Amino acid sequence: MSTMNPGVENIALSLKKKPSSPSSLFGLLMTGLSGLCLTLTIIPLFALLGFVSYKGFSRIFENFPTIFTKLPPPPGLSGGGLANSILGTLIVVSLATLIAVPIGVLAAVYLSEFSGDSKLANGIRFATNVLAGVPSIISGVFAFGLFVAPLVKDGKGLLGYSAVAGAIAIAVLMLPTIIRTTDDALDIVPQDVRWAALGVGAYNFQTVLKIVLPAALPSILTGVTLAVARAAGETASLIFTVLFSNFWPRSIFEPIATLSVLVFNFAVVPFAPQQELAWAGALILVFLVLMTSIAARLITRKS
Amino acid sequence: MQDSLNLQSKLTAPNQPDTVLRAENVDIYYGKYRAVQGATLNVPKNSVVAFIGPSGCGKSTVLRCFNRLNDLVESFSLTGKITYHGTNLYDRDIDAVEVRKRIGMVFQRPNPFPKSIYDNIVYGARVQNYSKGQFDELVESSLRRSALWDEVKDKLQESGFSLSGGQQQRLCIARAIAAQPDVLLMDEPCSALDPISTLKVEELIHELKQNYTIVIVTHNMQQAARVADYTAFYNAQVTDGGGKVGLLVEYDQTGVIFGNPREKTTQDYVAGRFG
Repeated sequence: MSTMNPGVENIALSLKKKPSSPSSLFGLLMTGLSGLCLTLTIIPLFALLGFVSYKGFSRIFENFPTIFTKLPPPPGLSGGGLANSILGTLIVVSLATLIAVPIGVLAAVYLSEFSGDSKLANGIRFATNVLAGVPSIISGVFAFGLFVAPLVKDGKGLLGYSAVAGAIAIAVLMLPTIIRTTDDALDIVPQDVRWAALGVGAYNFQTVLKIVLPAALPSILTGVTLAVARAAGETASLIFTVLFSNFWPRSIFEPIATLSVLVFNFAVVPFAPQQELAWAGALILVFLVLMTSIAARLITRKS
Repeated sequence: MQDSLNLQSKLTAPNQPDTVLRAENVDIYYGKYRAVQGATLNVPKNSVVAFIGPSGCGKSTVLRCFNRLNDLVESFSLTGKITYHGTNLYDRDIDAVEVRKRIGMVFQRPNPFPKSIYDNIVYGARVQNYSKGQFDELVESSLRRSALWDEVKDKLQESGFSLSGGQQQRLCIARAIAAQPDVLLMDEPCSALDPISTLKVEELIHELKQNYTIVIVTHNMQQAARVADYTAFYNAQVTDGGGKVGLLVEYDQTGVIFGNPREKTTQDYVAGRFG
């Protein structure tokens, strides 16, 4: 040890941490700052969930379980439930999914597998992004003008206020999400796999149906679920198209109740029982959306 | 002398009786760029032909013309003829999918489908509408032939990705065999494998030669020397415009290419002086 190089001690010293140096302090400051900003972003989420739960839970407990089985009460009266709205939301969202998923997935299959990255395909991609930015009220007005309002004077609208008209308005909003996520999902399926399928004598459609789509399925399902979650909470486009109803849904070609429109309608009336129902409806809606999002995460994780 | 003349005509002359695949004056273009120029060669039945040469000399490009996989490249075009048992594969009325059913392919990187081992193997049979009853037998015989059966027979329903790289590549070979082709094209099948897996695949190629005709692209000259009956040496040549074009320099028995080649560039390449 006595033969140790005299420079070694200096090296050891220079390697030591220096907590009070300007760069260490700056690093500490920035870490603190980004942590603070993170907290600030999370607060609204938890505040919202907390507040809605606080306002909504009491009514749900009070009327449990009839809140899930009964119709809303007449104005001013207490009791009753949200059954028709829950059912209506499920109906409208299912219809919209039935419309949007086949169209969206097939459009994305065309873009990714058959368009050959032509100018047309890139144009469609751009249009899809534009569609994603369309405010929901515009899609509502669109469906209203096309399907609800009479096209000729004194005539009847194609569909009138109905679940179907609302489903179309919502499907328009779901399409961009579905197309984009499916397009991306197909894009990351390795080219090797397509070659392999063609290499054993598969036709293009067999490659896409049996190899490429199944490989991309988890990501596609995630995209669809996210689109569904967004659609479930959609209000603006439903006010124009589905309207509302205080009764059980009888047909998808009539106005029916939905949770989001119920919240919109009941929150502003001057009767306490209705206002409480609006909070309960909001809580159930948040819960439904949360469940769908969690389901999406589980689907992706599983593969 | 007579023998060597016979051999030369067997390897390059048209209308040889035991020729399975033949390229005749093939020029390959990507857009306006000429990638390969004037390749002519015969692939005799039940033989292994190796394509060797430095990177970018067009050996994989030529290989992919034999099962029309280059069709997938937008700007690809080809002049000259590629024939399979005398039929020009690039005739207008030829269905590329039918071609690929008869001329199978194994790729550089193992690329199993994201499915079970069993489903990987029967995929080719499924798309070709074979009856389901024979699938179990097909899976076993294909896996046996690709020397993978003993390692996977107890886990046929597990994902193809659960296997090691070498096993995956043998799975891909089994998958190619299960489609019951006549010819197997192999594009650097061992470049992503360790030496032991490589050895297994090479033994497999020896086995498969009994039933199939095999064309293999390889960067590994020892591998070509070990597995191939005939070897074609491609080289990249600088053109007047400053670009590069792939040329078939020499095609002969493997022993001749590695022992006593006619061309100086071949000799330099096999001696490891470039490439």
